[in-house]
Amino acid sequence: MDGTIAGFLAVDGIATGAIYALVAIGTVLIFTVTRVIFIPFGDIAAFTALTLAAIDSKKMPGTLGLVAALAILAFLTEAGSLARTRRLRQLPRAALIYLLLPLAVVGAVWAAIPFAAYEPVRILLALALIMPIAPLLDRIVFRPIASGSVLLLLVVAVALHFALVGLGLIFFGPEGVRTEPLTSFATDIAGIPIPGQSLLIVLAAIAFSLLLFLFFDFTVMGKSLRATAVNRTGARLMGIRPARSGTIAYLLGSVMAGVSGVLIAPVNTIFYDSGFLIGLKAFVGAIVGGLISYPGSAIGALFVGLLESFASFQDSALKDVIVFATLIPILLWRSFASKQIDEEVEE
Amino acid sequence: MSAMLTIENVSVSYGKVDAVRDVSLEVQPGQIVSVIGPNGAVKTTLMLATMGLLPLRGRITFEGTDLADLDVEGRVERGLCLVPETRELFAEMSVRDNLILGAYSRRDRHDLQADMHDVYRRFPRLRERSTQAAGTLSGGERQMLALGRALMAKPKLLILDEPSLGLAPLIVREIFTTIASLRELGVSILLVEQNARAALETADVGYVLETGEVVQSGPAESLINDPRLISAYLGSH
Amino acid sequence: MTLARLRLAALVAVLCLAAAPFLVSSFSVTLLNYIGVYALVAIGLALLTGIGGIISFGQAAFVGIAAYSSAWVSAVSGYSPWLGLCLAVVLTCSVAAFLGLITLRLRGHFLSLSTIAWGLAIYFLFGNIPTLGNFNGIAAIPPIPIGSLKLSGSAQIYYLIWAIVVVCLVLSYNLLNSRMGRALRALRGGKILVESLGINAFRVKLAAFVIAAFLASLSGWLYAHLSTFISPSPFGAEMGIEYLMMAMVGGSGSPIGGVLGAALVTLLKNGIQDYLPLITKGASGELEIVVFSTLFILFLQRAPRGIVPFVARFMPQLRHVAPGTIAKLPVRAQPAPGYPLLIVQDVERRFGGLIAVNHVSFEVNAGEILGLIGPNGAGKSTMFNLLTGALRVGQGQITFAGQGICGQSQSHIARAGIARTFQHVKLRPRMTLLDNVLLGAHPRLHAGLLRGALRLDRVEEASAHAEALRQLARVGLSDDPFMLAGNLPLGKQRLLEIARALAADPLLLVLDEPAAGLRRQEKLRMAELLIALRDEHLTILLVEHDMEFVMGLVDRIVVMDFGSKLCEDAPAAIRADPRVQEAYLGSIA
Repeated sequence: MDGTIAGFLAVDGIATGAIYALVAIGTVLIFTVTRVIFIPFGDIAAFTALTLAAIDSKKMPGTLGLVAALAILAFLTEAGSLARTRRLRQLPRAALIYLLLPLAVVGAVWAAIPFAAYEPVRILLALALIMPIAPLLDRIVFRPIASGSVLLLLVVAVALHFALVGLGLIFFGPEGVRTEPLTSFATDIAGIPIPGQSLLIVLAAIAFSLLLFLFFDFTVMGKSLRATAVNRTGARLMGIRPARSGTIAYLLGSVMAGVSGVLIAPVNTIFYDSGFLIGLKAFVGAIVGGLISYPGSAIGALFVGLLESFASFQDSALKDVIVFATLIPILLWRSFASKQIDEEVEE
Repeated sequence: MSAMLTIENVSVSYGKVDAVRDVSLEVQPGQIVSVIGPNGAVKTTLMLATMGLLPLRGRITFEGTDLADLDVEGRVERGLCLVPETRELFAEMSVRDNLILGAYSRRDRHDLQADMHDVYRRFPRLRERSTQAAGTLSGGERQMLALGRALMAKPKLLILDEPSLGLAPLIVREIFTTIASLRELGVSILLVEQNARAALETADVGYVLETGEVVQSGPAESLINDPRLISAYLGSH
Repeated sequence: MTLARLRLAALVAVLCLAAAPFLVSSFSVTLLNYIGVYALVAIGLALLTGIGGIISFGQAAFVGIAAYSSAWVSAVSGYSPWLGLCLAVVLTCSVAAFLGLITLRLRGHFLSLSTIAWGLAIYFLFGNIPTLGNFNGIAAIPPIPIGSLKLSGSAQIYYLIWAIVVVCLVLSYNLLNSRMGRALRALRGGKILVESLGINAFRVKLAAFVIAAFLASLSGWLYAHLSTFISPSPFGAEMGIEYLMMAMVGGSGSPIGGVLGAALVTLLKNGIQDYLPLITKGASGELEIVVFSTLFILFLQRAPRGIVPFVARFMPQLRHVAPGTIAKLPVRAQPAPGYPLLIVQDVERRFGGLIAVNHVSFEVNAGEILGLIGPNGAGKSTMFNLLTGALRVGQGQITFAGQGICGQSQSHIARAGIARTFQHVKLRPRMTLLDNVLLGAHPRLHAGLLRGALRLDRVEEASAHAEALRQLARVGLSDDPFMLAGNLPLGKQRLLEIARALAADPLLLVLDEPAAGLRRQEKLRMAELLIALRDEHLTILLVEHDMEFVMGLVDRIVVMDFGSKLCEDAPAAIRADPRVQEAYLGSIA
């Protein structure tokens, strides 16, 4: 391997890593606020790519039907729980949040698709359509078991991923998609070619991380999310509803996953089931950050991207073996690094 | 005058036993009521149940509303605020952010700055440390922050669970001085304490909780020198 | 229902299984074969996950290692499938032991995530080894021969599969009712509890992990020779999760639940495949996954504990019948009265900037009851945790029976003769009183896994049972030793904890707030018991803040306040001490 190849692999790895980083940050966000390890996050990214590809070709994306179906389910779940706790007074509000709002998004996107001439508009439409999915799934799947153990939530998240893969095939079909590159710009540094798309990916990852940081530090809503993550009981005693924080976390996370889906679609062919490996590798990155640190997760995700890039050069068949086998020493390191805290908690 | 908080025949189970058994008490508007007793766990259980963090049997009304219909956050929005024994601060967030979040449940946030200055005036130490993470504070400062954060919520009824727990005597005095000074704000206070003398000195009315039941109650000054009370704490002769 | 009737029911079940190939269609027999193969993995998961609390997503990879081993031995290299079985078991268990050694110290979700990681790594490996046929797999795997008979038909291998399932079930239940099985059942009570009983939690976890892998290897071996063709796909993450589903649906706490879960999941999948196309025309295989996952999620939402716990209410409770003459377990010699059994010298412990215990020194002499008291937050609990090894000592020395115990592990300290109870009672609520007390006797017994599974431990177990019953009688709980501990009121739970501590034959009994939450009558009862124990020359250290309880009970008192020792004296002098009065009643502000 000479310097140019190494440089090329590094550029490729950093771009892939930046995509994982977006998903990883979303994963950490949702885990800290809701304790759910949201494995289906990669699916959200893949669905965004598939949605965008459909909109690009002026077809109605399957996401429209998916969101509508989830909205109806979520509303029925909420109505059922309101009826059981005899709080039917809140039914109109539930209908607004879980039924009308998502359906309004579906309707608006549906109406706008034929007129979306510009790519940025189409991307926005795809993101808007993808955003309600995770919060609705939260209401249907996780809210009833919110107080369960992290492990129960994890098992359910994994099962949910399989359901989503099946739904993906039903709503999007088996064909893979590859969208148009967002830019044809290209440059090179020291003889190493750098595609504009890679630059765009890295810039987007930095921009969204920065936005999230600003949100956390400068808005009361952002602070309330952090508070829920840091101390649930403390947050409740201040009147912060963990369920509401959860919804916001899912919305924000979906944006991160959606953006990563938009960015990866021109680079890799995306199928309805491509999400699993994206999500899992992002998740590996998140674990490097101990599932609590945002910068740690971003660095971890970059590391995974680089590892994968170099591993596939060495032996493309074994790249996944290498990535997942590397996870074990990382887990060991994380587990022992956080031991000190554990002892204090026990006290 | 109707009571602000009425606890009627409340029992709270903790596993198979009743930790709190058939307890009734009242807090009138503007009053400081102390609940004392040698066993901290029983008092804490009662307070957590009052906030809605533990299920209970019996009835609790706040300003005439039955609290059974409200969740914890709903109770906070109505003006109930608990400073728990465990403080429950946001350890990784700054002192300032903790105070800002104290006001989360308020509809009117326009005089936030003024209220924050008011808290800083009461506890100048917090101003010095406003950018520091809450987890790095000393025990006394943490209690001040917990109190300050609760005041930011502008509660009608403040429930304080063992505010003097584990604090040095000098700081205990400071905390109790502050609690007494809250009368001027018109806040009603339900004070749970094992430091019986300090609690009764500060309060209008006292209740003595022993093995989960109210064994004695009355005006605070009449309880202070009651021999039964002393025996409850130091063991009967 | 008695033991005899349970045996009858088991016999009927075995007979039904034996008759099945003659009564049902050959397709159903094939289905039953797969149920049996999956059930083996699910039984392993019932032990590992349901009882041990270790969630593994990676069992499918173990099945795969075994299946590929045997396929390679028999189809590629041309040796006997029985040699394949040897390689399958040895290789799978070695890989499991290696992975377990590395990962089982991980905590909570880190551990289950690691199972996803190595599960996937192994899965991807299968598809990339040319001698194993890459993603195409290995075909034409020969049937298992028994003598001259080749088990090629589904009705023939049926008997082998289900014989193995039944044997494994019996062995698992034997194991669960042995010394190691009880330790396994205690794991979920948390590390602090398990270690305080002198049990090495890591070793128990590792044993459970390897046992589960062993069962998976049997399953993999049978799978390879049943389906005669293998490729990587049935050993991936999806199957790993499906195994977990089987164990959870069945009721993850019981081996028989694994069999039920395997049956239910397999039949359900089969049913969905059969009936879904009738409901929705042209439905693809993916819709099956949607329906299946949805049903699973619904199931976990409604009944996170599975079928068996639901049915268990109607199941018999086994009652042990004590045999005639039993050898007593050996006991330690108690030290001479007055001997300084425990010496705490200048001990300090900080949390961040907070000094929880500030240079405290005291001694506990053999044969006395020492009370360690102080108001809330005085540092008593921290002191307690330092003594029992739950927390590390920052500075200073603790000497027990002449040995320094600073820096020793909890289980080591427990085995040295310090038995403890907990302020928030830590019992295993779903185990009987007897089993809970037997847990305490763990370090005094020696039977390992194999002796337990094969019931070669019965003589020792009989002695242990007699000892446990004796300790239950000592604290006054001998009425119903087969009752579940969770059904006791708190007062009796505290007594049970003491019985468990006594079963360890301790030199020093340390009690953390034994009177907390008790009613007056219960407190009196507790005090009587402790005095009776002292009269039998047991040494007791009592951490309490209930003064009334302590005063009439103890010989000496050490008072702590703000992490420091305030004073040390006889009860009457302590009560009269103004410093103590101030610490307890508070000063006037």
